[in-house]
Amino acid sequence: MRILVAMSGGVDSSVVAATLAAQGHEVIGATLQLYDVREAEAKAGACCAGRDIRDAKRVADRLGFAHYVIDAEQRFRDSVIGNFADSYAAGETPVPCVACNMGVKFTDLLGLARELGAEAMATGHYVRRVETGHGIELHRPVDASRDQSWFLFATTPAQLAYLRFPLGDMPDKSAVRAEAQRLGLAVAAKPDSQDLCFVPAGGHYADIVESLRPGIAGEGEIVDASGRVLGSHQGIARYTIGQGKRLGAAALQDGVRQQVVGVEPGSRRVVVGPRSDAPGRTSLRLRDMNWLIEPPDAPLRCTVQLRAREGVRPATVLRTADGAGVTLDTAALAAPGQACVLYEGSRVLGGGFIRRDDH
Amino acid sequence: MRNVSNDLFMLFDANASETPRLAALAAADAAQRLAGNPASPHRAGRAARAVLESAREQLADLFGGEPDDLVFTSGGTEANALALHGVGRPILFGATEHDAVRQALPPGARPLQVPADGRILLETIDRALAEAPGPALVCLMLANNETGVLHPVAGAARLCRRYGAWLHVDAVQAAGRLPLDVASLGADSVALSGHKLGGPKGAGALLLAGARRGRLPPMIAGGGQEQGRRGGTPALGAIAGFAAAAAAAVAAQATTGARQATLRDRIEHAAISFGAVPCGAAAPRLPNTTCLALPGRPAASQLIALDLAGYGVSAGSACSSGKVARSHVLAAMGLGSLAGEAIRVSLPWDVQEAAVDGFIAAYIRMATQAGSRPA
Repeated sequence: MRILVAMSGGVDSSVVAATLAAQGHEVIGATLQLYDVREAEAKAGACCAGRDIRDAKRVADRLGFAHYVIDAEQRFRDSVIGNFADSYAAGETPVPCVACNMGVKFTDLLGLARELGAEAMATGHYVRRVETGHGIELHRPVDASRDQSWFLFATTPAQLAYLRFPLGDMPDKSAVRAEAQRLGLAVAAKPDSQDLCFVPAGGHYADIVESLRPGIAGEGEIVDASGRVLGSHQGIARYTIGQGKRLGAAALQDGVRQQVVGVEPGSRRVVVGPRSDAPGRTSLRLRDMNWLIEPPDAPLRCTVQLRAREGVRPATVLRTADGAGVTLDTAALAAPGQACVLYEGSRVLGGGFIRRDDH
Repeated sequence: MRNVSNDLFMLFDANASETPRLAALAAADAAQRLAGNPASPHRAGRAARAVLESAREQLADLFGGEPDDLVFTSGGTEANALALHGVGRPILFGATEHDAVRQALPPGARPLQVPADGRILLETIDRALAEAPGPALVCLMLANNETGVLHPVAGAARLCRRYGAWLHVDAVQAAGRLPLDVASLGADSVALSGHKLGGPKGAGALLLAGARRGRLPPMIAGGGQEQGRRGGTPALGAIAGFAAAAAAAVAAQATTGARQATLRDRIEHAAISFGAVPCGAAAPRLPNTTCLALPGRPAASQLIALDLAGYGVSAGSACSSGKVARSHVLAAMGLGSLAGEAIRVSLPWDVQEAAVDGFIAAYIRMATQAGSRPA
């Protein structure tokens, strides 16, 4: 079949594309150009083709399929980086990868795949897509250490029907690299990408946020729950709930280690509380819900995952008119803007973004 | 795999690169076989030099310049950059100029806006020259690479003379496709490219004329080749091919152009009936070029669909990554979102009618493919 493969230039999506091509499918490789790599890579003289784009093209050349670079700079700036900055400016901790998957990848690129008459679009994400008698399910991958299901909770059922995730069944990353080796791909030993793709090596995401939203840059107070000033910070975009670093003199109060329990954008204050208190809350409200099951009318018992690398917690979820309410069995720290993803075993049931209390 | 093999692939992207002409391949091959360096004083050097100078004379003759004023370069980009190098004058440039010009401009260069048809108005140039702080250099392409729109260059040259300004003309797309006589055009420098008229890639020329005849500060001094105006051993094979291609292009110009215009119009009419908006079609244009926008359909999607169907076209200006970028030319014409929704179809000199019919069928399939892109 004709299948479009979203290729980042990394080993994972390269193996997906090369495997499908080797199987005889008509592969169309596509690499999104999301930002100007000349800035990100700080390499003068390079045209807009960054290393990753060249790597993706070499894979396509080797396997003999077509490859295109899709300009998504404007769209990425507006829909991902802009919202990322807005979210921090509102005192939240956003997940730009989710916004990118939802918009640039699974809306725009997927729309292109359909326009080109492709029967499916494949990516190098580590999740499993399981076809059952009563619909298509999204599951955690075989290799738990590569699990990207949390980042893909917002995939709609229609998108899921069209998508393919061949790496979800791979036992581990070394098997993927071995496959790359077997296919003769030069990217077989390429290091995994780290952190946010649009933050230059050696840079800090907060610098990007502050350059886009200068209003939130600059010092502010670190206070305790009663409002007592304990120290100062270098900008609220550098703080997220649960964080114990960058607190300076405020980090230790009466011998008790402190952590961030709130970020107040209006006053530019970071609120800390004792780490030992098992702080947090049991009640969360979610917005922009996506359901991968029939949206439930009754309270739903399931497990939830509140940040990218964390275990699940038992909870009860109740669908509401504007999202969902989550009641955790035990209190936990939850950062507004992060995703709360609902699971049943390995299966993703849906999810939403954690609201600020005042929203 | 169902990949399109080369023999089934039709390249309707002549403004990126023309079909190589047989005479050019033969001339290039013969020149490549010469071991001598044109700068060497011995017999082998003299033989190479003879080929180089014959090419120079031939090109100068074809385009109405003096051989001494023709500086060989690596291509159109270098020729344009050389014309803009070390000028020391205020620079005015057309808003639809190629990146070869735009990226070579010094800071402070001022763009000259174009109306919706893409053809600059002489009064725009007149006003800008009157406002310029001193004798200026005006940069204006003869034919636009994306739309084929022709600028009133002879009129611009008259204005430049009146204000004591120099006129640099990027004639890369026009040379070989339209009559070009540098002397009567009134330009002070003209950029040319070999592969845009069917020669090998790797050779171009800057033809100096009028006020700029003679010396020119080199970008690369090297061994003082090209009368000290461009250092480095010239690419003899590409240059010999360039001259042979130019001769063939000029000889067949009228008949080729008439045939291309008929076929181009056929494509354009068919595309319009399926919702396409031709860009710049109200202005005089190159006979081989049409720029077709499909509202609501990103250019990349159109280009890829046609590529997969076996037809090569382009969109925006080519970047080394192959990225399909928004067109600065169409943006300058005030076409808004259409700037990201247009492809350029540029017919080669050897275009066949059957290929055009096949292209039209592929275009219609592409244009009517259900777009499922959410707003």
